[in-house]
Amino acid sequence: MTFLHKFPKAAKVSKANFIVAFIALGLGGFFGFIQALHRTGVFRGFFNSGEYYTLLTGHGVLLALIFTTFFIAGLFVWGVTRSLEREPENMTFTWSWFWIMTIGLVMAAVAILGGLVPNGSIRAAVLYTFYPPLQAHPMFYIGLALVLIGSWMAGADWFWSYRKWREENPTDRIPILTFMTLFTMLMWYVCTIGLAIEVVGLLIPWSLGWVVEIEPLLPRTLFWFFGHAVVYFWLLPAYYVWYAILPKLSGGRLFSDSMTRIVFIIFLILSTPVGYHHQYADAGISLGFKFYAMATTMLLLLPSLMTLFTVVASMEHGARQRGGKGYFAWVGKLPWDRPAFVGCALAGIMFAAGGFSGMINAGMNVNLLIHNTLWIPGHFHLTVGTAVALTFMAISYWLVPQLTGRKLKFKTLALIQPYTWFLGMTLMSNAMHRAGLAGVPRRTAEPEFNTNAMSFDPVFGTMGEMKWQIAIGGTILLISLILFLWVITTSWLAGEKSDKPVDDYIPEPLSGVEHTPAVLDNMKLWFALALILVLLAYSFPLWEMIQDGIFEPGALPRPS
Amino acid sequence: MHIHKFERFWIKLSFGLIAFFIASVIYGFVAMDLKVIGDYQTIDPQNLGETEFGTPGVRKVTKNGQTEYEVYVQTIQFAFQPGTARPITVPANTRVTFYITSPDVLHGFEVAGTNINTMSIPGQVAKLTTIFPESREYGLVCNEYCGPAHHIMEGKIKVVPKSEFDKSNLVQ
Repeated sequence: MTFLHKFPKAAKVSKANFIVAFIALGLGGFFGFIQALHRTGVFRGFFNSGEYYTLLTGHGVLLALIFTTFFIAGLFVWGVTRSLEREPENMTFTWSWFWIMTIGLVMAAVAILGGLVPNGSIRAAVLYTFYPPLQAHPMFYIGLALVLIGSWMAGADWFWSYRKWREENPTDRIPILTFMTLFTMLMWYVCTIGLAIEVVGLLIPWSLGWVVEIEPLLPRTLFWFFGHAVVYFWLLPAYYVWYAILPKLSGGRLFSDSMTRIVFIIFLILSTPVGYHHQYADAGISLGFKFYAMATTMLLLLPSLMTLFTVVASMEHGARQRGGKGYFAWVGKLPWDRPAFVGCALAGIMFAAGGFSGMINAGMNVNLLIHNTLWIPGHFHLTVGTAVALTFMAISYWLVPQLTGRKLKFKTLALIQPYTWFLGMTLMSNAMHRAGLAGVPRRTAEPEFNTNAMSFDPVFGTMGEMKWQIAIGGTILLISLILFLWVITTSWLAGEKSDKPVDDYIPEPLSGVEHTPAVLDNMKLWFALALILVLLAYSFPLWEMIQDGIFEPGALPRPS
Repeated sequence: MHIHKFERFWIKLSFGLIAFFIASVIYGFVAMDLKVIGDYQTIDPQNLGETEFGTPGVRKVTKNGQTEYEVYVQTIQFAFQPGTARPITVPANTRVTFYITSPDVLHGFEVAGTNINTMSIPGQVAKLTTIFPESREYGLVCNEYCGPAHHIMEGKIKVVPKSEFDKSNLVQ
């Protein structure tokens, strides 16, 4: 008996979400490959430099917003159903959130890809941050709003299951998989307030022409109200895998139940008030609020450093169960021949590197050296592009068999895949970081300085070597992505049917829930605290910004 | 609640690291004059012509008996005015204050390889002061996507020795 046989309805929902996620991953990843060749000038024959920004928008939206959201939905359906041992309460409701998100995604994708139609009137080359006054087709904003509404309903669905479970189990502690899901979604509700006000309150009326002018700083600030917490919305499901599943894949058990809960609570409380750290270089926001955001951002290092401890400790415990010895030699006893484990472990190593560059980004004044340079995408290709994406791919090798009741095919290719991703990202990301230090900007179709005789001055290495590392790294990443999609598709369609396609038993933590204080499960308390900190960070500056009118000082819309 | 002694130690170390980072930012502010852009003033992006931005360029001012320079820059799709058609020329070892804004969309104003780096947001004026220590040319880059020809938006800052600085090109 595996998940499919115990909970066939939920398995179907998870699978539907994974199908959408993997299609978005394939398409978005392919765009990334084209960009890697185009911006380095290695090959520019696919599209012209004006169309680059349509592809870049597609890359960002499909990967950062669509792949992540759908994969997370599929993962959480699996986790909530499994840990509460109940199917979703009402399948009509469950399928309606899935279809609302899907319709929204199709609308946004059509608006973006319309930009590739010569002389087409539908365009949305506004990148995934869609700062006004650059204006996209209204369908783009409406599509994003639908994805958002669908994701809220998905969260409500899991809370609904939890409430029903609670009625039947009034004294039990919240199972850890459900706990992590609900806290991630609470954080999502807090941070998406900003996005909802921006998109529904400002951008949709403006793109439909009901209002003409827009104040650029207000929607940008509302975007970043959402925009940093969203990275934790991607990251926490990866943590969920690292806490709940990775210890088991290492051959051991989770180190501490209470520490896991504390980490998720800290993320709920601190994720949103940090948004101004994306606006350190903005005029119009006073230093005090930037400083508050900086200090909060630094405090957010704590739960990630705690995660580092727990993950390494759990893996060490696993390795010692497998006969590992010594201070470091135990690392060799980990199952380096199992694709799901290897992917998660390599993702964790990359995340440590991404964390270090993130600490530099957070340093308010040091940040100006790398603000909006290639350093930034170098950083987030380690975090969301590897820590999150590689973890999701790796855990798919363990989850998809449970959802389809079929064994994994091509296990050798599956094992090669995370190693190739790691190699490709090492090449690409180190070069992007160093190019950024030299001042090479992000988000550009061609390296700057074409027309006058200026050049970038790298601190380490040469511009030529970086260019080739980015192009070759991007190509290796595409190969890795094709391997992943091939293994998953063939296993899904033609894997050997089995009652127990993987070992899906998850053992209890070393320090179990009996040691966990009850206050940690008090969702109302932590949610209220999160709202208070957001109000402290945002109420005054937003109030100040709208004093001269919500749309003033107004700028006119510009085509994207 | 049970917390393993190694984990207690690790959490203490983490707090130490966090305190160190926050202290390093404050040290940069206080001791090294590494400032960050703040709130200066708003402006009507559709009527820049009526302000100093209407005649962008380098101006000479006297502050506290010292000669300083102010540079008003408009970032437009897809050029710096001044900066692209002709370089922004300023003297070395002199205080230079940039005022930067945009009449159309968001742009970036980045002096490549330095920490002079700010957003140019319609409706907001970014103000930043610096002293260029040596005579050389710096590349100027727009580092925020500003439309289909964003990649051609670039310029130059030319820093010349004080003695060679030609004051005839100043904006009055």
